[in-house]
Amino acid sequence: MAKVKTVRTKNNLWSEMKRYKVAYAYIAPFYILFVIFGIFPIAAGFYISFFRWDGLSGMHFIGLENYLNLFQDILFWKALGNTLIIGITAHIPILLGGLALAYVLNSKIVKGENIFKTIYFMPMVTSSVAITIIFQNLFGNNYGLINYLLSFFGEEAVNWLGGNGSLIKVAVIVMFAWKWIGWNMVIYLAGMQGISNDIYEAAKIDGAGHIRVLFNISIPLLKPIIVFTVIQSSIGMFNLFTEPFILTNSSWTGGQNNGGLTLMMYLLNKAPQGGTAYGYASAVAYVITMMIIVISLAVYRITGEKETAKRGENK
Amino acid sequence: MTTLLILILITAIVLIVIARISPGGKKFSMYVILGFIAFIMLVPFYMMFVMSTHTTNEIYSFPPAVWFGRNLAGNFKNMLAAVNIPRAFLNSCIITISYTVLVLLFCSMGGYAFAVYDFPGRKKLFAILLATMMIPWTAGIIPWFIMMSRFGWINDFKALIIPGCANAFGIFWMRQYCQNNVPASLVEAARIDGCSEWTIFFRVIAPILLPAYASLGIMQFVNVWNDFMQPLMILRKAELQTLPLLLKTMVSDRGTDYGAMMLASTCAVLPLLIAFLCASKFFMSGLTAGAIKE
Repeated sequence: MAKVKTVRTKNNLWSEMKRYKVAYAYIAPFYILFVIFGIFPIAAGFYISFFRWDGLSGMHFIGLENYLNLFQDILFWKALGNTLIIGITAHIPILLGGLALAYVLNSKIVKGENIFKTIYFMPMVTSSVAITIIFQNLFGNNYGLINYLLSFFGEEAVNWLGGNGSLIKVAVIVMFAWKWIGWNMVIYLAGMQGISNDIYEAAKIDGAGHIRVLFNISIPLLKPIIVFTVIQSSIGMFNLFTEPFILTNSSWTGGQNNGGLTLMMYLLNKAPQGGTAYGYASAVAYVITMMIIVISLAVYRITGEKETAKRGENK
Repeated sequence: MTTLLILILITAIVLIVIARISPGGKKFSMYVILGFIAFIMLVPFYMMFVMSTHTTNEIYSFPPAVWFGRNLAGNFKNMLAAVNIPRAFLNSCIITISYTVLVLLFCSMGGYAFAVYDFPGRKKLFAILLATMMIPWTAGIIPWFIMMSRFGWINDFKALIIPGCANAFGIFWMRQYCQNNVPASLVEAARIDGCSEWTIFFRVIAPILLPAYASLGIMQFVNVWNDFMQPLMILRKAELQTLPLLLKTMVSDRGTDYGAMMLASTCAVLPLLIAFLCASKFFMSGLTAGAIKE
C-alpha cells in the first residue's frame, strides 16, 4: 500500500513538473548561466590556488605555497594597508555625511530638496575613468585647481600625486567620498521618508532637538538600511581599482612607493594583466573573498546583537 | 595649513551663531552648507567642460583657467585624429544595449515565473537564487578569465554580455514587482481566452512591467556603460575599446593632447548625464533599488 502511494506521488510530481514546464523554461537561463559562470569559476579558483600555473603548460601542485608566499610578500601587506586606509577613511564622510545630508533634506528646513538631491547624485552616473582624469588634473602640482585655491590661503603647492606617494591616498579618498556620498544620501533619504511623521511629531512635542531625533529615532529605525550600505561599502572597498589605477597613470605599481596600490590592482597585476601567475592570483582572490565574508559576518553580528540587547531592555 | 583651519573654524562659528540668533538663521545656514557641498559636487564637471575648450598649454599653465576658452574646435579635431571615438561610442552602445535587453528579458521572465507559477521546488530554487547574491564574485575572477580565453571570447563582446545577463538581483527585484502589480485574475482571464503561456507573458504581462523595466534597465545600463575592469581584461584590441577603455589609452599614452583628452572625457560622460538630468527621479530610484526594498 505504502509503496503504491510513493509511486503515485512520484508520478504526480512528474506530471506537476510537466504542467509547469513553462515556469522552468523561464527560470532556466539564470541557473544555467550561474552554474557555468558562477559556481564553476569559484570552485575552480579554490582548486587552482593550490597550484603553480602559467595558464598554458601543466599545473604543479604546491599545496599552500601560494598562500605562504602571499603572506610573506611586502607588497601584499602594503596593498592591504592602502585598501583599508582608503576604504575606512573615505567611508566616514560617505556614511556620516550621507546620513546628515539625508536628515537635513528630510526635515524640510530648506526648499529645493530635489535640486540638491540631483546634484549630489550626479557622480553616480559618470564614468569613473573620466572622473579620475578630471581629478588628476585638479590635483596637479603646478597647474591644478586645488593647489591654486590653497595658494589663496598662503599654502605652498602640494605635490599630491608625486612626492613620497602617501598623498595619493588622500586624492583617492577625496574622489571616492565625492562619488559615493550622494548614493548613500539618496538611500537614507528614501528610508527616512518611510518613517511615519507621527514619530517625529511626538519627539518634537517631547522637546527633542534635531541631533537627538537623528541619533535616537532616525538611525535606529534605519538600521537595516545602514547595515546594507556598510556591507556594500566594505565590498566596494576591496574591489577598489579604477580610481587609483587611472590616477597613477595606469602604471600597476600604484605610483610612488606603491602609495596607491590596492588589493585589486595587486591581484590583476599577478594575472591576467601583468604576469601569468594564475595560481598565485587565485590565492589572492580567495584571501580577498575571505576578508569580505569575515567583515560582512562581523557587521551582521555586531548589529544583530545590539538589536537583541535593545529588545531585552524594552522588556 | 593653520590659516585655512582657522578660516574654516570661523566660518563654522559664524554659521552656528547666525542659526541661533536670527529667526530665519537656521534656514540661511543650512542653505550655505548645502550650497557649498553642491558647489564641490559641480566643480569637477564644470572644470571638465572648461578644460575641453582649452589647449594643452593653457591647461598646464598656472593659475588654471576657470572660464571657457576658444579651442573647442581644435580639441575636437585633435581628438578625432588621435582616437577612434565614434567606434568606441558604437562599441559601448552595442555592449550596453544588448546586455540590458537580455537582462530585462531573462529577469522579467524569471521574476514572473517565481511570482505567478506554483511549480514544484519553487521555494528551494528561490532560496538558492537569494543565496547566490551573497557570493562575492571576486573569488572566481581568475578561472572566469581563463574560461573566456578557452571559449575564444577574449576580444569578443560576448564575454561582457552573456555571463551576467540573467542576474539574481534582477530576478529577485522583478519578482517583488510582479507580486505587487500582476493580478492573478488577469493571468487567469487570459488563459480562459485561450492564450498560450508565452503569449500571456509577452502580450499581457510585459506591458504591465514597463515601469519595472525602466528602473532595472537604467541600473544595468549605467553600470555596464561605466564598467572598466571587465572590458580591460577582455577587450585588448584598439578597435574594440569601449569609451572608458579609450580614455585609459589616452591617459597612458604620454603624447596625448590634454585638451582632446578632456573633450573625450566629456563625450563619455555627457550622454548619461543629460539623460540623468532629464529623468533624475527614475535614475535615483533605479540605482538605489537594491537597498530600499528589503
